[in-house]
Amino acid sequence: MQSILRTLPCLVPPLRCAWLAGALLLLSGCGNIQPWVKPYERDRLADPIMAWERDSVSAAYLDHVREVREGARGATGGAGGGCGCN
Amino acid sequence: MDAAAIRRSVSRVAVLAALLLVRATSADVLPDDRADLFYSKYSGGGMDITGESVLVRKKITENFAVEANYFVDKVSGASIDVLSQASQIKDTRKQKSGTVEYVHDKTTYSLSYINSVENDYKSNTTSFSLKQDMFGDLTTLTLGYTHTDDAVGENNGGVIAWLGHAQSIGYDVGVSQILTKNLIAGVNVNVIADNGYLANPYRSYRYLDSSNAKGYSLASQIYPDTRTSTAVQTEAKYYLPYRAAITGSYRYFSDTWGIVGNTYELDYTHPISNIWILDGSVRFYKQNSANFYSDLYGFAGQYNFMARDQNLAAGQNTALDAKVTYAFLPDGWKMFKRATATFDVSRIAYKYTDFRNIKYYGISSNPSYPPGTEPLYSFNATVYQLYMSMFF
Repeated sequence: MQSILRTLPCLVPPLRCAWLAGALLLLSGCGNIQPWVKPYERDRLADPIMAWERDSVSAAYLDHVREVREGARGATGGAGGGCGCN
Repeated sequence: MDAAAIRRSVSRVAVLAALLLVRATSADVLPDDRADLFYSKYSGGGMDITGESVLVRKKITENFAVEANYFVDKVSGASIDVLSQASQIKDTRKQKSGTVEYVHDKTTYSLSYINSVENDYKSNTTSFSLKQDMFGDLTTLTLGYTHTDDAVGENNGGVIAWLGHAQSIGYDVGVSQILTKNLIAGVNVNVIADNGYLANPYRSYRYLDSSNAKGYSLASQIYPDTRTSTAVQTEAKYYLPYRAAITGSYRYFSDTWGIVGNTYELDYTHPISNIWILDGSVRFYKQNSANFYSDLYGFAGQYNFMARDQNLAAGQNTALDAKVTYAFLPDGWKMFKRATATFDVSRIAYKYTDFRNIKYYGISSNPSYPPGTEPLYSFNATVYQLYMSMFF
């Protein structure tokens, strides 16, 4: 790991290099990740009330209502077409 | 307890653990088959919009599912900046979409097509997404690509003038992460690049004009023909000790038109004895104006780009939402295993800080204001949703 970091050209400011080094250190441990929440401990997470979205039609509709009246858009998981020009 | 009994107990625990482990490392599964009937009504800002939808989702095999959705919006009335030009609009939007999903091991592939048609607007969207469970199923990574091609027209008394096309390409990256037994968090990033005819043909910019009795005149908006936006949303959902869930989310948005928007949302979900689910949420959104937006320009053709679209104005809105879901058919009925009925009502208060209300002022007996001093515009909207979902 250290040798990899030494060979990396530090073309970015030192603070960004530190982020890069941190990210590489985190990734280096990915191969050995053990689930810290065991499968039999996920009953609460599997409860339907913990779903990010329960009703896709309603979620897409509300996204459309918002997007035609706001400048912002995206990153909510919805999709749809139409102008909303009126 | 003798040694044999202890060995038997340990053996049972080991078998149970092994079974759970097999379940944990098994392939991803597709959601339940379902059929949804949906009705919505939006009232506010001079517009009434009703929506009706039907959705059917069916697994063909354990690994392959199809989904079809048909949505019809009926619009009557028009928003204030359209009414400022004295045009009332009735329109219908018909949207058809189809999705196929395929699961292989821990990867879900999804391909969708959406076709939306109005008299004066046609839109075709194709999207592909990939969802991958990893790290002992603690992490879910989602990658998405969307391509949209729109044809933009203007309805002049029933005659449609097609003004141009707009294309957009969108990229999505999302990570959902289990953090504890009670907490899950996610980050979603979305980048969209548009080009083509991006203006709203029904809205106009306003400029000072001493030759007009009102002191101003209106002219067709001129938009840039490219736009790139970036949105980053973070969210977290926590299971409370008494079987309820609370969700917090924040979204940061910015684009090359100079709009920066911030969205905050807090949701609370409270089930009651497996029959009722109550949801309540509050959402707050605030944005600044696009850098080429103005409520009132000094003269016609003052800048290369000019817009007075209320979507591009600085403003904010606050939405309160209440939803109740009733679960029925607990023992099933014919082909259906269970069903739910949901009623949802939202109240949204919109306020603008640089978009003025020119609809009623300076007309006949209404108060007259010099251009640019009219009251700022605000309005309230109510959104009702009623839908039934049947799972089979």
